Order: sequence, then C-alpha cells, then structure tokens
Amino acid sequence: MKKFLIALLFAPLVALANTGVHLDSWPGSVGDKPALQNGAKVFVNYCLNCHGASYFRYNKLMELGLSEQQVKENLMFTSDKIGEQMRVSARSDEQKIWFGAAPPDLTIIARARASADGSGADWLYTYLRSFYRDETRPTGWNNVVFDKVAMPHVLNALQGQQVLNHESHKLELAVPGQMAPADYDKTVSDLVGFLVWMAEPQQEFRQKLGLGVLAFLAVLFVFAYALKKEYWKDIH
Amino acid sequence: MAAGNFEKYKSDGSIGGNVLEWVDARFPATSLWKGHLSEYYAPKNFNFWYFFGSLALLVLVIQIVTGIFLVMHYKPDAALNANGVPVAFASVEYIMRDVPGGWIIRYMHSTGASAFFIVVYLHMFRGLLYGSYRKPRELTWLFGVGIFLCLMGEAFFGYLLPWGQMSFWGAQVIVNLFGAIPVIGNDLSIIIRGDFVVGDATLNRFFSFHVIAFPLVLLGLVAAHVLALHETGSNNPDGVEIKALKDEHGIPLDGIPFHPYYTVKDIVGVVVFLMAFSAVMFFAPEGGGYFLEYNNFFPADPLKTPPHIAPVWYFTPYYSVLRAMVWNFFGLEAKFWGVVGMGASVVIFAFLPWLDRSPVKSIRYRGPIYKTLLSLFVVCFVVLGYLGTQPPSPLYQLLSQICTVYYFAFFLAMPWWSRMDKFKPVPERVTK
Repeated sequence: MKKFLIALLFAPLVALANTGVHLDSWPGSVGDKPALQNGAKVFVNYCLNCHGASYFRYNKLMELGLSEQQVKENLMFTSDKIGEQMRVSARSDEQKIWFGAAPPDLTIIARARASADGSGADWLYTYLRSFYRDETRPTGWNNVVFDKVAMPHVLNALQGQQVLNHESHKLELAVPGQMAPADYDKTVSDLVGFLVWMAEPQQEFRQKLGLGVLAFLAVLFVFAYALKKEYWKDIH
Repeated sequence: MAAGNFEKYKSDGSIGGNVLEWVDARFPATSLWKGHLSEYYAPKNFNFWYFFGSLALLVLVIQIVTGIFLVMHYKPDAALNANGVPVAFASVEYIMRDVPGGWIIRYMHSTGASAFFIVVYLHMFRGLLYGSYRKPRELTWLFGVGIFLCLMGEAFFGYLLPWGQMSFWGAQVIVNLFGAIPVIGNDLSIIIRGDFVVGDATLNRFFSFHVIAFPLVLLGLVAAHVLALHETGSNNPDGVEIKALKDEHGIPLDGIPFHPYYTVKDIVGVVVFLMAFSAVMFFAPEGGGYFLEYNNFFPADPLKTPPHIAPVWYFTPYYSVLRAMVWNFFGLEAKFWGVVGMGASVVIFAFLPWLDRSPVKSIRYRGPIYKTLLSLFVVCFVVLGYLGTQPPSPLYQLLSQICTVYYFAFFLAMPWWSRMDKFKPVPERVTK
C-alpha cells in the first residue's frame, strides 16, 4: 500500500520532469590517453587564449603519458615553468569590458555543466557543435544550447559555418570548414574528454582506490560478522 | 545505573595495574567504563533500526576529523584572486588537487554531510516506530531535537563555505527569509549577514559558526543525549521497560551488557555503513547532483542569479512547506507565514512526547490507524522533499499544500487519533 501511494503521488511528477533541451551523448572516455593528448592540444591552442584553467598545473599533463620535454615544447604557451597553473595573460575584469562577460575558468567546467538533462560532457559536446550564424548577435554567432552566448565560434575554421533552419529547427552546414563533419565531431569529443579529465584528474584512481576499499571492507565484514555470531551465540 | 556506584579498581601488583589504581582513585575511569559500557544493560532485542544512533556518532567523528584537516587549507575569503576566482572557491579546488589526499578528505566531508542527515532521519524514524520519545525518555528526545536543529545550522553554515553559486544564492535566500519577520526582520537579517548582501563578512562569520560555535554545542548536546539515555535505559522494538523485571543481582532479565554485545554488533553495522558510504564517495561523490549540486561548481557571482535555486536535499521538505504558504493572513505577508511554517515543521517534533496519547509505545502493538497515518506521513515527507528540489509550478504548489496540511494535521490531531486505535496486549518480556 505504501509503495502504491508513492507511485500514485509520483506519477504526475515523472511526466512533467523532462523539460530540458536534448543533448547528444558524448562518445568518448577518460581512459583514452591519445584522445586526451589531442584534446589537450586543441585546448591550449584554441581555448587557453581567453579562458584560464587556473586550478590546473602544466606538470599534470605528464600524467597523460607525455614527457616534461614534450609538454614544454608543445603545450606550454603561457608560462615557462612546468609547475605553473594554466593562466591567461588577460585579466578577467578587462575581458569583461571587451567581451561583455568574463570567459569562465574552464578547469571544472565539465562538472559545473552537468544537470538533469545530461552529464557535463554531454552538454559540452553538444554545445561546441551547436554554433550557428546569427547576424543579430554582436559576434555574429549564436548557439542552440546556450542562447545569446557571448563567445564567438572559435572553432569555426575547423567546423565551417552552420545556419539554423527555422522551419525544421535543425542546424545545416552552409560553409564547410577544414574538417569533415565526422572529424570535427571527433576533435570536439577529444577536447571534451580533456575537459572531463582536467575537471578531476584523479577520477580513475579514485575508482580504483574505491574498489580496493570496498574489497577490504568486504573481508572486514566477514570477520566482524563472525565475531558478532561468536559473542551472541549464548543470547536468546 | 548512574556512574559512581562501582567499586574502585584494585591493582593486582603489576605496573599497569598500579597505574590504573592510581588513576581510578582520582578519576571515575572504572565507573564510566562500567556505567556506560560493560555494565550498561541494553535490551537484547535491538533490530536493524537500532544501528543508526551509533552510526550518527561515527559520522560526527568523521566530520570533525576531516573538518580539522580541511580547515588547514581552506581560506574563508570572498576576494578575487589574480585569476578572477574567489579565494575561498579556489582554495577548495586547491584541496582537491594540490593537497596530498585532500580530495579524499573533502569527499569524506561532503558525503558525510548527506550521510549525517540520512542516518539521523532513520534514527528519528526509529523513535516514531517504537515510541522511544515516550515517558520516561522525553528529555533524551528533546536533546535529540536540539541536536537536529544544531545539525541543520551546522549544515547551512557549512554549505556557504565552498563559495559556489548555490552556496551564495542559497544563503542569500535563507537569510532574506528573516527579513519577513515584522518590525525586527530587516535589522535581523543584516546582523546575520554582517553586511547588506551576503559577502566576505558573511563568509567569515559562517566559517566561525561552522568550525567552532556549532560543533561545540553539538558535542555538548550529544553528550547530554547519551547521558539522558543511559539514565533511563534504552527503549526497544517491543516498547517494554526491561527494568521492570530484574534478577537477584538487579540486572534486567532482558538486558545484556552494551559491551561486548552491542559493540561487536555495531561493528558489523559500521562496516556495512562504510561500504555504502565508500560506494558514494569513490564512485558517485556528487550523489547525482544531490550531495554536491552541479551549479556549485561555478564560483559565487553576486551579479548572476541562477534560474533555479534549490537547497540541498536534506532541507527540501521544510523548504516545500515554506513555499506552500501563499496566503496573507492577519495583515502579514505570505513569506512570513512561510517562515513560521518552515520553523514549525522542524520544531513540532519536540512536542511528540506530549502529543502521542496511545497506551502502548511500539508500532508492534498499535493498530491500523497508526500504521496508515505514519505511512502517509512518510509519503508526504518524501513528496515534500522531492518538490523542494523542483522549480515551482501550479500543480507542484497544490501538491505541496496538500502534503503540508497533512504534515501538520498528523502532529496536531495526534492527541485524538493516537487514542482511538485497536491496540494489542503488550507482553511483559521482550519478544525475539
């Protein structure tokens, strides 16, 4: 009866809960080291000019299987010390004047963008593929999942220019870019993978450690239960 | 069973024995040990629901120990650093990344906050099931309600500290509520914030409350709660007073020493609890956005109001009660009555010992009326909790009003309905 009542009371809620935009699900994984390396390359070349990643240090990139030399030569443009954080030279209050909104720090953006509609990775993967031409905007760009976004389409040289078909509400590629659509999707997927990894670089280790902890507790449970049985056998 | 009636320790001549005798002559070591553990007699029929008291104590210890380490690196500072991020927010990420083991400590603390409420809610529900608040344990219950209020304050103050969007706007909304109190409201909310808006002054005083004031009160109340319990002895699933029947040594026939019997049993409970705790902490530390709200990964921005501000899950039932009040009564605005309703929905638990007039304590010997009404109460509580996480809508508002009316009717009509049930005879001894 209790269960029935709960079901009855929740039925209308479930029907109304889903109101958000549709997000494409991110096809990558944080275990894919080559993809993360490529994502890091895209990140430092395209994002790290305006956005900082100020909680993340360059030497962490070595955990992606790169040597100090490789990181220094290929991925460090804003600093010459490997232990430095990923900063941008522009100050955020200046950027606010230039762009109308200060570009947010991207270190934990993949965690912040999660919602009931999907993971942060899904949101980013959809967002970075959903820019379209909109001459009413100061930058000439708008976005399907982030209406009136302040950021122009920084990757447009790679993707090309999309337009929004207002009848079908679908995006169409009007001017092709340097990449075929499938290659662009893969590049964005790699970039999103890097953002997900950077948001919590220890996430794989966390889960590994968790398995160890649970295994230990399972063994401890056997002994604890046996001890309890032994003490309690004379009660009742 | 009060401490002090135990013989002092006599040394067997060994060095350790001599030290213990010396200590025991000057400090009630033996009487504390015996009075509260090895010769504290607890009913032998405790079931699943009786794990949550000791688990609450465990979580308290987890929170205090992890909190001590977090304070070593956390900085309660709302100023922006060179990267344009508030120092407090950046210091949390510093703990997550640059402090060795910091992420474990932080996840333990954030998971522990939600675990504390889960455990305490189950502990309170146990009281409702078996009438643990009834005479002679009214004071134990009142200290418990005090702990619950204190815990809510502790959680509220602590939630501001990461200085994320939800921290900031949640505190903004809740502190503004005090402004609804007639005459003194505005000044009161300024005193709480220490400023006209939530800012650095607020962050620093909330930090002080969170790490010093409330933990001190909490520890005192926990000690009083346990002392009061050990004075009367524990209730049990049958609601039978085990002290009524004693053997020739004055030991209750259905009592067993808390140590070693319940200490070894609680270890099993602790291990199972830690498995659930670790499963969340290591595999889903965000708790699906309920334990760590996603929006709180954005630093606090006083100029950007989030479209939907939801409190953390453990406050949402009372938040729903607040939002359910939409009428202006007696010339006072609805917001004021919302605050009154929210406060009342928490404090009303304190009156349970005097509202419940049933001749038996335990649900085992109560009839269908109690079972139905209590089940409905749980349903209402859960629905209110769910609605508190959702953006408002007309249907949700109506639902929350229905549940709020039932919530209060359950308590206020209890003196009448609790007498009317079909009761079963209560046995003299506890059952298996």
